[in-house]
Formats: sequence, structure tokens, C-alpha cells
Amino acid sequence: MAKPMEQIKWQELEVGSVVIEVGNAKVYETGTWRSEKPVVNKEQCIKCGVCWLFCPDGCIVRAPEGHFEADLTYCKGCAICAKECPVGCITMISEEE
Amino acid sequence: MAKVRKGIEVSIAMADAVAQANVDVIGAYPITPQTHIVEHLSEIVANGELDAEFVPVDSEHSAMSVCCGSAAVGARTFTSTSSQGLALMAEIFYIAAAMRLPIVMALANRSLSSPLSIWNDHTDTMMVRDAGWIHIFVENGQESYDNIFTAFRIAEDAGVMLPVAVNFDGFILTHMIEPIEYEDNDTIAKYLPAFKMKNTLHPDNPVSMGCFGMPEIYTEAQMQREDAIRKAYPTIIKAWKEWGDLTGRYYHPVETYRSEDADYCIVTMGSYGETAMEVVDSLREEGEKVGVVKIRLWRPFPMEEFRKAVLGKKTLIVLDRAISFGGPGGPVASELRSALYNKEGAPVIVNYVAGLAGRDVSRNDFRNIILEGKARAGKGDTEGFTLYGLRG
Repeated sequence: MAKPMEQIKWQELEVGSVVIEVGNAKVYETGTWRSEKPVVNKEQCIKCGVCWLFCPDGCIVRAPEGHFEADLTYCKGCAICAKECPVGCITMISEEE
Repeated sequence: MAKVRKGIEVSIAMADAVAQANVDVIGAYPITPQTHIVEHLSEIVANGELDAEFVPVDSEHSAMSVCCGSAAVGARTFTSTSSQGLALMAEIFYIAAAMRLPIVMALANRSLSSPLSIWNDHTDTMMVRDAGWIHIFVENGQESYDNIFTAFRIAEDAGVMLPVAVNFDGFILTHMIEPIEYEDNDTIAKYLPAFKMKNTLHPDNPVSMGCFGMPEIYTEAQMQREDAIRKAYPTIIKAWKEWGDLTGRYYHPVETYRSEDADYCIVTMGSYGETAMEVVDSLREEGEKVGVVKIRLWRPFPMEEFRKAVLGKKTLIVLDRAISFGGPGGPVASELRSALYNKEGAPVIVNYVAGLAGRDVSRNDFRNIILEGKARAGKGDTEGFTLYGLRG
């Protein structure tokens, strides 16, 4: 996997800063951006997958029990999942709480 | 195409050069005074004389976007624009350099609105001075034709991989019929072999270009560009030298005329160099120790060559073709002042801005500028700039 970007020297960049490693967005943990996290009420969840479909970061994963949860390593806390959930089972909780 | 000397419009000769360079993709939108280049290329492709994609786009923004896409797959790519077209292109123009895509542009220099003007000056190119492209200025039709080939050679060099703009004056060159020596296709093929990019867009080997860059990486990405354009310098010299060895026509980053023993020089860029040389000839007959310094390579700026050409002179009269509103002087003079600051033997600089939006600068005007500039330098009147020929 690629080096964390704060360790890359300018001489090590590819020409034009082309990224030659496929899928290396994985090393960039965008979860640190978050001020609120989505919390799923498993009782209410109908397992429809709308949140999974709408998540702009593709960070929602299906849990073994069948409901969906955000991977907090990458979730930026944008709340689109909470907005789109047809049964309103996702609540945004402040990280400070 | 055989080696032949013909009387031809410079725009048509440039289009012919692009065809001889065997480009793969032309993404362009017509705009005065560049139109004839694009029209003629469209004809050449439509007639089946060149196996290339001519992409007629909806705007210059799209034209440069097409060019980025085609260069990204490793296709030899050409475009041409001018003035407002370049302004509309500006967003992608910067990106082309950042992504190190070896696009060549014929930039027919023209003023920017408003007032709306289609005529020649250097306002458009100065707008994109800092975009990271290599900028070459040419003086006449032959230089325009020749530097299409040198531009591709420089841009596509594996150690360079930067876009190149060939700046040539709108109307003064684009619409002028001049005698131009065409090189034969074998010579061109020898000079300009097919090129190979290290990373291209290809489904077999996926890469990402133009990625998002956080503050942690942006500075490093910019340094890589700065390093690339500086290191392009020896390649540019070599490309011009080899072109000269093939054709007998040599180009240099800074060119001088009767400047060796001159006390003072006029500094020009582009087609005005021709008039300047004629006027210097006549002033020499009158005993004036005057010469011409022409800046051919604007980016990367040829610092050492420029200093070598002018240190020890008393005065430089710098002719700008654009205004930097509210700035310290015309864009060229400001840079030259900066290049000479604190240097021993540095000449003083008197700055004129002339020939805005096609206003004619005759031989007599050059004479006035040179003699008045010399007199002003003698009086220490060297601040800012003077708009030559301004009424009121």
C-alpha cells in the first residue's frame, strides 16, 4: 500500500502526480473529518440498503445480521444516509457526546 | 510533403506543420485570429490527408479538455486558440501542465476584452504566464512553422512531459503571406519520432490522473512541476540545436542583434523584433550604439542567458505588449527588473507599453521609443511604465 501522503517527498511523486496504485484511497482515513456519526437502530432497520446505495464514500457495509452500518474509519459524517433512510432509523450523534 | 519554399499564409503553414508532425488528435474551437489554422486542419483531416481525430467542440473549455483526455492516452495532441478562447480555457490550461500532458498549442496572441478587440498584443498569454506551460515566442512565419516541430519534440521528451505554447502575433503573423521553407516528411519523421508516455490511461493498467490533493501533498506536487520546467531547459536547447543541424535554422532562448558593442538595447518579444532590427540598423548609421535583445523563451525564463546578454549595458528599453494594471510595470519589464536586481553591471530599465490591440507601431515609433527611452534613462526617469502614443 502507498505511503501516507505526509511522508511522500516531492521526488517520489509520479510524473504529473499520477496515482499508479489502484484503490489506494483506502489508506486515506477520512473518518477523522467527522463531527457526527450515524447510529443505526437495528430494530427499526428494514435492511433495504438505501443508505448503502446513497453513501457518497461507499463506506456503508452490511453487518452479518443483515442490517447496514457505516465503517467509521472512512465515514465523514455527511448524514446523507440518515436523510435518505426511508424508515428514519439512522440518527446522527455528535462525536462530542 | 517535399522540401520546398513557398509563399503562404503563416496560419496555413502552421496547420501544414501540424499535419507533418503527424498528430493524432486536434481538439479546437475557431476564434479570430487563429481560425485559419483550425479550418485548414479540419480540411486536411476531412480530405483524408491526415489520419487524425479532429474534434469540433462546443467551446475552448471543451477543446482543452479533449486535449487533456487525448494526451492522457499518449496521443500526439494539438490545439490552437487566442484571447477570449484562452480565457475560457484557462481552468483546463493549468490542469494540462499540472498533469504533465505534452500538448502543443499555437497561441495566436490577441488582446482581451473589454473593449472588445480582435487585434494583436500579448495580454492573453500574460494571463497564463504562471500556468506551468513552456512558452516560446516566434517572430515570423518561418519561425512559426519550425517551432511546431520543436514544440512537440520538447513537450514529448520523457524528461519534460509538459505542454508547450508557441506564441505568435495575431494578424501580424497569422494572416501574413510569407516565404516559408517546408521540410520534407522524412526530415520531420526523423526529428519527431513516435513518443511513449510512462503512465497512460488504459484499461489494462489503470491509473488515476488529476487526483485530489490535500494540503499534505499539494506543495510536493507543485515542486515537481517547478523542477520539471526548470529541467526542461537543456532539452529545449538540444531540440533547437538538433533542428538547426537538420535545417540550418537555429533558435536560442535569448537572441541578440548588434548588441555586442551596444551601450543600450531595446528588448522585444514576438514579431516586433523584426522592426526593431531594421530601426537599429538605421540608428547605427547615425552613430547610435544600440542593439536588440529578443526573448524567445519566456518559460522557463532564461535567466543566465538574459543576464549574459545585458549585464554591462547602460540601459534597456523594454517594450511590453500588455499592461499589469496597478503593477510595477509591464509584465516583461517587471520580470527583467527582477532578474537584474542587485546584479553588478545591471542596466537601468525604461519600460514602454506599445501596440495594444493592434495599434500599429511603425519604424518611426520604434525610433521615438528608443531615443526617448535613452534620454529618459539619462535623466533617471525610469519608474513604472509609459503608454506609448497615448492621447491626452
